Amino acid sequence: MLRADGITVSYGRQRVLRGADLTVAPGVVTGLAGPSGCGKSTLARVLALMLRPDAGRLTVDGTEVRRWRQRAARDLRTRVALIFQQPRLAVDPRLTLREIAEEPFHATGRPVEDLTDDVGLTPELLVRRPHEVSDGQLQRACVARALALRPRYVICDEMTTMLDASTQAHLVARLEAYRTETGAGILAITHDDELLTRWTGPSGGPTVRMG
Amino acid sequence: MTSSLTVENLSVRFRLPGATVHAVSDASFAVRQGECLALVGESGCGKSVMAHALMGLLPGNATVSGSAWLRTGDAPPLDLIAAPERVLARTVRGRRIGLVPQSPAAHLTPVRTARAQLAEALRELGNPAAADELAARAGLDPAQLDRYPHQLSGGMAQRVVNAIALAGDPWLIVADEPTSGLDRPLVDATMAELRRLADDGRAVLLITHDLRAAERVADQIVVMYASRVVSQAPAAEFFAGPQHPYAAGLLEALPSRSFTAIPGRPPELTDLPPGCAFRPRCGRSTAACAVVPEAGPVACHHPLEHHVAR
Repeated sequence: MLRADGITVSYGRQRVLRGADLTVAPGVVTGLAGPSGCGKSTLARVLALMLRPDAGRLTVDGTEVRRWRQRAARDLRTRVALIFQQPRLAVDPRLTLREIAEEPFHATGRPVEDLTDDVGLTPELLVRRPHEVSDGQLQRACVARALALRPRYVICDEMTTMLDASTQAHLVARLEAYRTETGAGILAITHDDELLTRWTGPSGGPTVRMG
Repeated sequence: MTSSLTVENLSVRFRLPGATVHAVSDASFAVRQGECLALVGESGCGKSVMAHALMGLLPGNATVSGSAWLRTGDAPPLDLIAAPERVLARTVRGRRIGLVPQSPAAHLTPVRTARAQLAEALRELGNPAAADELAARAGLDPAQLDRYPHQLSGGMAQRVVNAIALAGDPWLIVADEPTSGLDRPLVDATMAELRRLADDGRAVLLITHDLRAAERVADQIVVMYASRVVSQAPAAEFFAGPQHPYAAGLLEALPSRSFTAIPGRPPELTDLPPGCAFRPRCGRSTAACAVVPEAGPVACHHPLEHHVAR
């Protein structure tokens, strides 16, 4: 279980989350819905161990996350992957698509594996840099990067809002294949109710509404 | 005579070192007064280039052929493709064609208030109207105008750029992915706004990858694939039964339908296959598809048949 209890986060004087609870169970897709500005993305960042909450507890498979800023948390950090809404803001513009997808291997010193075929990237695309590809192609590299270290949990924060219908269907299918193969837990954050129903449906996971 | 924009055999090529990008190939369509036409397709199919070509905003390495006749009111017809930059700058952009850009927050200058930017547009375009009045017409509370872009919500920023697009009272509104990144209620509000502009006697060219947004607002749906227009149909007919296999595949990929991706990938615009560009991904292709299908409502050798209730 990836569990958040009583998470409170403020940006300056603005309180974004007040005592939020959420559980992401392995093996299923949990949906998270709510209007913009209700704190979904902030909660996503806390769950991905990227943002330290002002109060509250986060536990990853029974281990409480402490000492947020130190290396000790890396083992926990690599168990949770985050895919962002806008791939262009989530990558280093100087890297090629292949380098972007392989970053986690280099960062952890693990041997590099090729995962880019599964997300539908051709060798010609892999040598390009972000400004030379479309949002859809870039998001494919981001999905490959997120799955590189075989995370136990994948947080998808409006992952497909920028994408056309066919690319959306393809990337959701890729994540579903990863979930069935590894038993990973997925958190699907979206305001699109049709997408949410379709995505959470097969695993019978719950949908949580915020705001 | 009613006003219209008629695009005929428009092609755009970009020269790159060692390659040519076929961004738009032989595209024809027309937008009439009171109408909203949605140009849809996967990202990278050439839809945004089309918008930039119409406004004369292409980079220097582009070659354009074909024509795009803009006929509005009593003004003499103008071919946007042949017109010199001076004419486009002085009489077209902002005045006869308004652009609603992608990601409004990024389009606004962060260091000036919304009011300063709207007032500047009005001044430059010689419109004596007050910023407050225009803001109110775009559905924005004038009190919000004193804010800086980062203090505006997504919906407010959208209305500010809508107001700026309307500052020169243009006849045609080109909306380039106006909703990408917005949540559903905001998408709906933006679409309602575009519909209102069309109903006011203007015309709207909506460029989007969001089929559901297009369904809410468009009268006509034009589908582009790998630089070509492959399908043109009235919206109701299109959503009831698209005839082009690619259009059908896009619709079926929606979560409300079968939610299955079209197999394969779109070709590179630098390396288009001979014949129908959709052929490698299409379940209906035959030897006939080695020849590029004739442009028309359905550019396909083997269109799907539907019994549309009339």
